[in-house]
Amino acid sequence: MSQTANRVTTPAIERGRLTWSGVSLSLHAVLIYLFLYLPILVLIIFSFTRDAFGVRWTGFTLDWYVRLFNDERLMGASVNTLLVASVSTLVSTILGTLMAMAMERYQFRGREGVEALIYLPVVVPEIVMAVALLAFSALVFDLINALTGQVLRRNLTTVTIAHIAFNMSFVVVVVRTSLRHFDRRLEEAAADLGADSWQTFWRVTFPLILPGIIGGALMAFTLSLDDFVISLFLSGPGTSLLPVEVYSRVRRAITPEINAISTLMLLLSITLVLLSQLLQRRR
Amino acid sequence: MSDTPAIELRDVIKRFGETPAVDRVSLQIGDGEFFSLLGPSGCGKTTTLRMIAGFEYPSSGEMLIHGRSMATIPPHRRPVNTVFQSYALFPHMSVEQNVAFGLQMQRLPKQEIAPRVSEALELVRLGHLAQRRPNQLSGGQQQRVALARALVNQPEVLLLDEPLGALDQKLRKEMQLELKSLQHRVGITFIFVTHDQEEALTMSDRIAVMNQGKVLQVGSPTEIYERPTCRFVADFIGETNFIDGEVVESDGGYSSIVTPDGLRLRGLAPRTLPAGSAATLSIRPEKLRLTTLEQAGPEQVAALPVSVELVSYIGSDTRITVRLNEQRTLDVWEQNRRSTLDRNAYWQPGEQALLFCPPDNALVLAE
Repeated sequence: MSQTANRVTTPAIERGRLTWSGVSLSLHAVLIYLFLYLPILVLIIFSFTRDAFGVRWTGFTLDWYVRLFNDERLMGASVNTLLVASVSTLVSTILGTLMAMAMERYQFRGREGVEALIYLPVVVPEIVMAVALLAFSALVFDLINALTGQVLRRNLTTVTIAHIAFNMSFVVVVVRTSLRHFDRRLEEAAADLGADSWQTFWRVTFPLILPGIIGGALMAFTLSLDDFVISLFLSGPGTSLLPVEVYSRVRRAITPEINAISTLMLLLSITLVLLSQLLQRRR
Repeated sequence: MSDTPAIELRDVIKRFGETPAVDRVSLQIGDGEFFSLLGPSGCGKTTTLRMIAGFEYPSSGEMLIHGRSMATIPPHRRPVNTVFQSYALFPHMSVEQNVAFGLQMQRLPKQEIAPRVSEALELVRLGHLAQRRPNQLSGGQQQRVALARALVNQPEVLLLDEPLGALDQKLRKEMQLELKSLQHRVGITFIFVTHDQEEALTMSDRIAVMNQGKVLQVGSPTEIYERPTCRFVADFIGETNFIDGEVVESDGGYSSIVTPDGLRLRGLAPRTLPAGSAATLSIRPEKLRLTTLEQAGPEQVAALPVSVELVSYIGSDTRITVRLNEQRTLDVWEQNRRSTLDRNAYWQPGEQALLFCPPDNALVLAE
């Protein structure tokens, strides 16, 4: 490349000329990224160490991953977590999308109130949500007991319902944003061309707000995956979820097994994010 | 079908809250007609179009398409299609899929859809862009896709909502002619909404001029321009000189007015006006005649002595402002029919001249 072309097309930093502002800016960026990703990197590296405490590098092994898959408690907790996350994501995405549509499309009495209430779970401290949901479930169980004589206990279903309750708010927030950018004249155009409201929704509205729905669903799934407080409070005995299980083990000792499961969770999250971005780029 | 109008509106009113956006509009639009709704923004023309499309329902009154009442028919079951101002092309579909959409909604078999789509795209000369996405097209091309997407359904009536508004001047002129010839070829009734009077005059068979929710006049471009029935229409279409005064005499289709500054002028009166009533004489700048003092021959009309005040040479025409007295000036346009560089062939500011206002070229309108 000739020098002139270089000068025209690339700014000072990329050209590698050492200016004070260029160097400090780059250094700043490097430090930020180290701050963000160094702990994660360490975690990944130590999931492959031979050291039984997982804090020193003593050589490469995949033993912890093998052991992980043979650990029934951990696998059970993983399956539970994935199940709860999937079901709560599915339900909260559907409900949240419908709710977002209603709030964006219709004028009705008390709309402001409904709006404020739906966003509340986003800002309320999670511990408050957890205590409230716990108290509420106890109340409902007592009521069912009094009415039918049945004795219910907290289990995966209660956690799932609790996850739906807080996930829905996040879905509404994300989907509403994409609905606000949606040009409603497109729906008129579809109707004009002979599409009834069902066809208009599936052929025009839905494909165009799908990136927002996927974004909302992804957020719900991620939140559900790593939720600790609500999961701890709402899951019954014997139905442990992964974050809770990990915590109870870490209290005893950090093992490379924990590093391994964390690495796998990380991998899942990254895959999901990449997948959603890929899906959104296609349209 | 030839006897029933394509579209009929009977006393249609549309209210948004208190104020009527469309106020007792009655129209009959014939089969195959190129009909324009013309008026300033907020005059109700778009609301009228949206009622025909079915996006709005009249607050009262009746609307029929080929004799069929549209009172309970939703937009997707009306035999009309719309070309939207913003085009409203589906961004997630290719040009071809956009055009096919309407036919798919009619559940036509695939082997019938494909040829009709390519035919429609050929009609607007976009066959080569069938696979593109709307955002890869220029404004003019998007406009033609919107047209093809509507026409492919062979609607009984095509509604166009200021479809040329977003195009630049040159493209606009091209599309005007293209639309007009397209309408000839397909023979579909076009209802065209515009605020551009020149556009309406160029393209329409008939024009309805609207203001404040009311239809003020319906007529051919010539009628609208040459015989406006009210001051608003005369003012909105083209340019004109208004001279306010009082009617002093009416006979045989003509009226004479006298102005406060003592001018007495005569013009055609579309409606007989009683003596003593307030009226406005409207005369278009190109219909006034200006001569030098020497040229003045025997004239049927009284000559008004004037002095030339402003002269703008604009190529095809020269636009002259002449002063009659302290309070009054009038605009006169002269066509430059002779090609010359001689300064004396053109009017000069300060020149004295005679102005003729032929009664057959002037209109006396009620206030």
